Amino acid sequence: MLDNMLNTIFIITAAIILISALLTITAHNVVHALLYLVITMLAVSLIFFILGASFAAALQIIIYAGAIMVLFIFVTMMLHQGEKSLAQERHLFHFSTSITALFLSSMLFFELIFMLFLTPTDSANSRVTAPSSAIITVKDIGTQLYGPYSLLVVISALMLLSALITAIHISKSPVTSEIKTKADNL
Amino acid sequence: MTSWLTPLIILIVLLLLGAWSIWLERRVLALWQDRLGPNRVGPFGLLQVVADMIKIFTKEDWVPPFADKVLFIISPMIVMIMTLLGFAIIPFAPNIQIAQFDHALLFLLAISSLSVYSIMLAGFSSNSKYALLGAMRTAAQMISYEVFMGLALMGVVILADDFSLSAIVAAQADVWFICYQPLGFVLFFIAGIAEIHRAPFDLPEAETEIVAGFHTEYSSMKFGMFFIGEYLGVILISSLITTLYFGGWQGPFLPPLLWFILKTGFFILFFILLRAAIPRPRYDQLMVFAWYILLPLSLLNLLVTGAVKLSLLG
Repeated sequence: MLDNMLNTIFIITAAIILISALLTITAHNVVHALLYLVITMLAVSLIFFILGASFAAALQIIIYAGAIMVLFIFVTMMLHQGEKSLAQERHLFHFSTSITALFLSSMLFFELIFMLFLTPTDSANSRVTAPSSAIITVKDIGTQLYGPYSLLVVISALMLLSALITAIHISKSPVTSEIKTKADNL
Repeated sequence: MTSWLTPLIILIVLLLLGAWSIWLERRVLALWQDRLGPNRVGPFGLLQVVADMIKIFTKEDWVPPFADKVLFIISPMIVMIMTLLGFAIIPFAPNIQIAQFDHALLFLLAISSLSVYSIMLAGFSSNSKYALLGAMRTAAQMISYEVFMGLALMGVVILADDFSLSAIVAAQADVWFICYQPLGFVLFFIAGIAEIHRAPFDLPEAETEIVAGFHTEYSSMKFGMFFIGEYLGVILISSLITTLYFGGWQGPFLPPLLWFILKTGFFILFFILLRAAIPRPRYDQLMVFAWYILLPLSLLNLLVTGAVKLSLLG
């Protein structure tokens, strides 16, 4: 009964993900496209939740939907010019620019189809419904991160730190500090 | 009480309280500023809310022709839904709680980060300069203050060893967490004010600078939803402060629910007092305050809490 319900919820959520991901690409308005992407993120987090990883689900919402996408929309809101920018984009886009991307993504698509036919359907089904005993706690994630995966944690920390330093360096570029000293002198 | 009746009663009570706290704020604010406030409709002006509702429902519900219509209509709903969802995890009394949830605090952070969209979309879809300015201020302000909100909450999580709110309340049976986490409390309180953009951090709608900020173009009940959403936010943050730092429903002699209402009411009044007492800072001062002062302090709080806990255990 519960498994059946979880399966139904999973299928509905997966459908939402596919539709909103498609709409992300096809939407004319940039902000609308980003909002469809937010819906995709929320649906992905629901799938994490169904699989028993409620911590990952919460982080997916907090970080992706709540912080990164907000910044995306923030920037597009500042640069967005409505119909004007749409016309500009149309002018920039030719079919010839998309040939490489189309080629690569069609290769990926055929690989996906191939893999789908190769794997038996039973194993795919059993992965969908996680038993309720397999709920992953924060403690499990912590011991995993600081045990076998500690090197990855250190590397990603270094990467983030360097990104932070770069951002500070760019915002303190000689041009802006020059303006500042001029303003102070006045 | 049956299981489906509790959420319904809580929802109705919350909506009534949200509307009624508008009257409370106007009355108390007037008291502190040597005025009378609304005292004409009903005893002590208590029915002012009803009069306001009649007025707001009969006003023209105008959608500007230059607006992005769908987003314009959706965005006031988002703030109401997100704030009301936040109440789902709050333990009002031992048996009165809508959802028992293991990662309740993370759920709360997720809800509060999603409510940014309401204001950003309102500002964007209005397609007017003042609304856009308000929305940009909001996005920067809320993203900045969310960081300290999360970091300040982690102090409580370290002490209680759990993310669920009922466990946090149970862990405060002997000593309230305000005694162990005074700095964390202050940080959470400041971040809470900024999250629900109340005065003195109401720069997104600073009426002396940018008309009414993100809801400049809104009228009728759509404006009313933003308005009541703000007061629901005040109630949510107040009840969170009660739950996380002041022992939740625990207290001697009186029944638990009454204790919860008393403590929460005190903080709601404190929010109103802040509006009466403190002037609004400049926008860059707000951001500098967040990143240069509150971020190091909240990291320090987390570090000291963790170190003390580890040294006491081992």
